[in-house]
Amino acid sequence: MSLLAVRGISKSFRGLRAVSDASFEIPEGTINALIGPNGAGKTTIFNIIAGVFPPDSGSIFFGGRPVHGLRPHEVCAAGIGRTFQIVKPFAGLTVLENVMVGGFLRESTAEGARAAAVRILEPLQLAAKRDLPASALTLPDRKRLEVARALATRPRLLLLDEVMAGLRPTECDQMVEVFRGLNREGLTILLIEHVMRAVMALAQHVGVLHHGEVIARGTPQEIVRNPGVLESYLGEDTEL
Amino acid sequence: MTRTSASLAILGAVLVAFPFFAGNYALSVATLILYFAYTGQAWNVMMGFAGQLSLGHALYVGVGAYAAAGLFFHYGLGPWAGLWLAIFLCVAMGLVVGFLAFRFGISGVYFALLTIAFAEFTRIGFDHLDWLGGPGGLFLKVAQRDSWDLPNFRGPPLMYYYAMLALCLLALLVCSRLLRSKAGYYWQAIRENEEAAQALGINTFRWKMLAVAISSAMTAVSGVFFAFYYNNLFPEQIFHISRSIEIILGPIIGGIGTLFGPILGAAVLTLLSDGITDGLAALGWEIPGIKQVFYGVVLLAVIMFLPNGIWPPIARKLKL
Repeated sequence: MSLLAVRGISKSFRGLRAVSDASFEIPEGTINALIGPNGAGKTTIFNIIAGVFPPDSGSIFFGGRPVHGLRPHEVCAAGIGRTFQIVKPFAGLTVLENVMVGGFLRESTAEGARAAAVRILEPLQLAAKRDLPASALTLPDRKRLEVARALATRPRLLLLDEVMAGLRPTECDQMVEVFRGLNREGLTILLIEHVMRAVMALAQHVGVLHHGEVIARGTPQEIVRNPGVLESYLGEDTEL
Repeated sequence: MTRTSASLAILGAVLVAFPFFAGNYALSVATLILYFAYTGQAWNVMMGFAGQLSLGHALYVGVGAYAAAGLFFHYGLGPWAGLWLAIFLCVAMGLVVGFLAFRFGISGVYFALLTIAFAEFTRIGFDHLDWLGGPGGLFLKVAQRDSWDLPNFRGPPLMYYYAMLALCLLALLVCSRLLRSKAGYYWQAIRENEEAAQALGINTFRWKMLAVAISSAMTAVSGVFFAFYYNNLFPEQIFHISRSIEIILGPIIGGIGTLFGPILGAAVLTLLSDGITDGLAALGWEIPGIKQVFYGVVLLAVIMFLPNGIWPPIARKLKL
């Protein structure tokens, strides 16, 4: 039984078709990647799932329940957490407070939210920086903070929008380990990623988006041998 | 006892003892400072905590003042009854403004303009409301002022001073509790980045409405105090935009979003502007509008040199 089912969603902006009849399913407990060139519609699909705007047509079911047309806070409350490609930290709050804000979704007291936030900061290597203002963080740390905040809402499905971009290879490998650990604990993950190193290491299923359409689906090994994908996105000389 | 609560206890004791050493003039200045500190604190809930800029808070002072004064003037009902009507009307108006703005995505400068517009509409409306005196003003009978008549909130200046001091302390406690609660964190998240706040499950519409409701209810109480302290109300004065600006200068100069900023800002502004006016008068110079020029200069200096207000650096120095 799939946790998330996206069925035939389309979205246009001023006549430009950003997403065209896209369909895919995400089984519970898996790690999935959505790849494709810039402008292929990946972030638009994320925003539609997260409720930032409704699809022009099509439907989205999460745990069997329709979630298309819900507003962002309702989608989050339903159990879908997300990060932003362009990070959006609460700059004036500390790292810990940033994560506490997410924690309040499931905890009503400040003590509860703080305890939940502290537990999340540790594996993301932000524990030592918990009392710094978020504005003082470097970009890799801000990416981790995005993840920590989303995790604090205790999602069943986590949408990661290019969290590896800008990370060094070793940092990227650490993040991969963090997501593997979370996945072992039962978290389902859908990531948009350009860093193929992370996609190959993490994803069990990969979907390729091109001009708003899903042009290929399969395991990472199948995808990198797919002639259509090589032509439209990865390039002939890709070595992995 | 922490450093902060110890300092607070000392400050409280000084303020309670203050009238025994102060003359009538000093007492009236102190009452004015507390009035601006309290009202600034109320405004700060909306702007400092939740990031929603209101430039029309005179609306709530005015409606609160007229509600309580009207009941007293026409029916002899004391402010303890009027207070509830004032709070009810102000929260209702605040929620109307908030609903129109937040439901239709009006934010930032446009939200600020909407708050000015509502204060202005109301000013013009009250100019035509003869039942409450219209442009000629509403005057409350000034009874003899030696004994404390708490049911009708009539008494000597000392009573008003202590009433305002109690309100200030109450507001400080309430705001510090709010800031450490779920509401406080949610408001700050909305202030810092509304889109990210929504993505974390925050119904930003609802929490912004709550900030407006609390802020307008608190400001309504300022209005009731104003009516019974000054005993005369004119729409042209109480709803005027310059009154709205006066309310927000304290928190801006003291430090938006901080708990002590509004208090410190009100004290600094009132003391310095009164000092300058008096000083110039002593030299034989009566310059109309000097107070406004002074406000402008102070605002400019604070924005240039201490954009977070004067309280944050002081708090760091005192390790509070």
